[in-house]
Amino acid sequence: MNEASRNMDTAKADGTTAPVACWLCRGPVAAGALFCPTCRAVQPPAPVDHFARFGLPVAFDLDENELDRRYFAVQRQLHPDRFATRTARERAVSQSQAVAVNEAYETLKDPLARAEYLLQLHGVATEACQTISDPELLMEQMERREALSEIDTREAAEAFLDAAGRDVAASLATIAVAFGRGDLTAARRETTRLKYLTKLVEEARARRARLGGRPEAPILKTMPR
Amino acid sequence: MKLLQIHEPGETPLPHEDERGLAIGIDLGTTNTVVAIATNQKAEVIRDATGRALLPSIVAYRDDGVLVGEPARRELLENPGTVVSSIKRLMGRGVEDVKALAGVLPYELAPAAEGGMVRLKLGDRVLTPVEVSADILRAAKSRAEAALGRNVDRAVITVPAYFDDAARTATRDAARLAGLEVLRLVNEPTAAALAYGLDKAAEGIYAVYDLGGGTFDFSLLRLEKGVFQVLATGGDAALGGDDFDHAIAARFLAERGGFVDGGDVKLALATARLAKECLTTQDEWQGTLDLGGRLSHHRLDRVTFEGLIEPFVDRTIAISRGVLEDAGVDPKSLGGLVLVGGSTRVPLADIDPDEVVAVGAALQAEALTAGSDTLLLDVTPLSLGIETMGGLVEKIIERNTPIPVAKAQEFTTFQDGQSAMMIHVVQGEREMVDQCRSLARFELRGIPPMVAGAPRIRVTFAVDADGLLTVSAREKTTGVEAHVEVKPSYGLSEDEMARMLRESIEHAREDMERRLLVEAKVEARRGIGAVRSALAADADLLSREELAEIEAAIARVETALSGHDRDAVNAAAAELEKITRPFAERRMDRGIRAALAGHRIDELGL
Repeated sequence: MNEASRNMDTAKADGTTAPVACWLCRGPVAAGALFCPTCRAVQPPAPVDHFARFGLPVAFDLDENELDRRYFAVQRQLHPDRFATRTARERAVSQSQAVAVNEAYETLKDPLARAEYLLQLHGVATEACQTISDPELLMEQMERREALSEIDTREAAEAFLDAAGRDVAASLATIAVAFGRGDLTAARRETTRLKYLTKLVEEARARRARLGGRPEAPILKTMPR
Repeated sequence: MKLLQIHEPGETPLPHEDERGLAIGIDLGTTNTVVAIATNQKAEVIRDATGRALLPSIVAYRDDGVLVGEPARRELLENPGTVVSSIKRLMGRGVEDVKALAGVLPYELAPAAEGGMVRLKLGDRVLTPVEVSADILRAAKSRAEAALGRNVDRAVITVPAYFDDAARTATRDAARLAGLEVLRLVNEPTAAALAYGLDKAAEGIYAVYDLGGGTFDFSLLRLEKGVFQVLATGGDAALGGDDFDHAIAARFLAERGGFVDGGDVKLALATARLAKECLTTQDEWQGTLDLGGRLSHHRLDRVTFEGLIEPFVDRTIAISRGVLEDAGVDPKSLGGLVLVGGSTRVPLADIDPDEVVAVGAALQAEALTAGSDTLLLDVTPLSLGIETMGGLVEKIIERNTPIPVAKAQEFTTFQDGQSAMMIHVVQGEREMVDQCRSLARFELRGIPPMVAGAPRIRVTFAVDADGLLTVSAREKTTGVEAHVEVKPSYGLSEDEMARMLRESIEHAREDMERRLLVEAKVEARRGIGAVRSALAADADLLSREELAEIEAAIARVETALSGHDRDAVNAAAAELEKITRPFAERRMDRGIRAALAGHRIDELGL
């Protein structure tokens, strides 16, 4: 399965694939182009994967700053605010583009969503929420959950969150290595584990909030009068 | 052939602007409304003849007419029963919500009719919050027109970030009643960040703490090279300076005891506000309350006041903390905190906290109509979900998702031959339906008859850049579009809206027709532009006769454009499209041949 994880340069708009007809002037537009080269009308989103939408390689390792930079650059051209005085049809097309771009950004920005999406691209399904078939993982999660349920002080909640945070970081590193090696079985196993760790962190945060009494954030000292 | 005017992507065409009025920014506040206009990225707050920027959001419904602003405030003393204030708190709300609002309500409510939106009883009149807000917006529009000497017909209107779909829809409806096209609903903290960020050339992560008269918002934004990206937002659409007033008024009324009516409450609230404002600069306030000829003396010191408002302030801090946590932002990494709203009253260096939202709205109105380098990327404040078995909520769009966003969900039937189903859409973070806010019930009809579980109905929930929800549905195996009927839980029905438009705008019909004509002309001009671009690129594909025929068709559209007949414009545009069809086919053939030959389209000089 090694080749599956290698970077693929998917359907980039290079004009060598068959052009499609512009919805406005009905002339040829290269597949994936954002604008018609002739009449400049914004085109509907091309059916490409989330990585291709930003011209990024299909890989788990991703430079988040680079993703942000490309996201901003694309939204600068496609966001509905840029089409506020255009025709109703152009506004609608721009909205569908912005929706596609936002969906791609949300998926790639979050490492867990990115890992799940990458597995899906490779045709590997992740396990449904309710089932853990891996007995080792099941055991670990049961123990963590029990530990969480016994927490009754704020300090204990903080310590638990610190430990869980370290586990999340380690899990991400494991996933990156697995994808890097093209070991999809390992990537899938660790992604399932990350999903549970993420849930655990959320619940620990909720528990900490219920225990309350957190020192005030210094920036909010200015009281309204 | 000479290349005709072609606009770069993202560039907004400006010709024919003369047909349109000016675009302004309006901060439609609970206590005050502020209007501003921007030119060349410089915004100016529009003042009345006496130099006042704040238009009190108060409306008096007298027998001889409607008063808005200061004159309405003066009516409060004479005829409190005719005066409405703080109407923003009732936008998009039902009777049950209103009962839950803090304090004694200074309104007399009329029984709710269809739609479930709360109604106010003022003398003989029964009014919805939408109509009252429309009166305030009309006053704002007139103020701008008087100051600028030109017609104003479009606006960016700000809303609290935490406003739900019903309140946003109500705001948009109010603008329509006032004869204003809403270019965009912009979240108040986002508008404030825009005004502040552009003024200070700020970069980094900023927090906006916006405590207004009736609403509280806390937003985190990343400011980077002209991009204003909202990372997370939170708030309470029913928490603000009004709650401070209510707490003080309740104390005064308890001190004097005895019976109070609605008018008394309004006067007590007005006195409470005076006391609060006095305590901004002084340590103690003393005064009297004259209700129905019985005087009572009251005093309030700073410490007591701070004790009264402490629960509200604590709540804002808890919300702010939650937003920071949602975004995973450490307070220490913040570049700064922007305080907005009269209730913060901590002056920003040189931006007035009362005016900063309107300034941001004006800047955005200019950006939308004249083009801009700045970009606002906002998020949904509340999760959107649907009711499932056992009254549970299934979340479809999580809070803090960038907008516009669309998510699809598949449904099926549970009975053989079932042709309709009800979908209940709610907004909120809780797990049970009754703890979330009901937005609407959608009835899907026209599902093709099949055995139970066979239809695959794909329902798409879309939130646009205004934060407004639309729903569409389609049965996937047959491709049948299911009919979606919206029953807004707290909104106005389409019929009600149509009736109000008819009744309230003096020239409703002409107004509507004019707007449709403008839209038709924009479409037709865009069509001509596209044909001319195509001719500039591929005219060699046409015979002389064909070219002449197309030119003649363009000329006919241009003739129609110089008139005022919408049907003629549409007919000429449709004819142009028909005549150019063979030309378009030849252009596609050429493009495909070029692609097959391995040439890039742009190498062909297209």
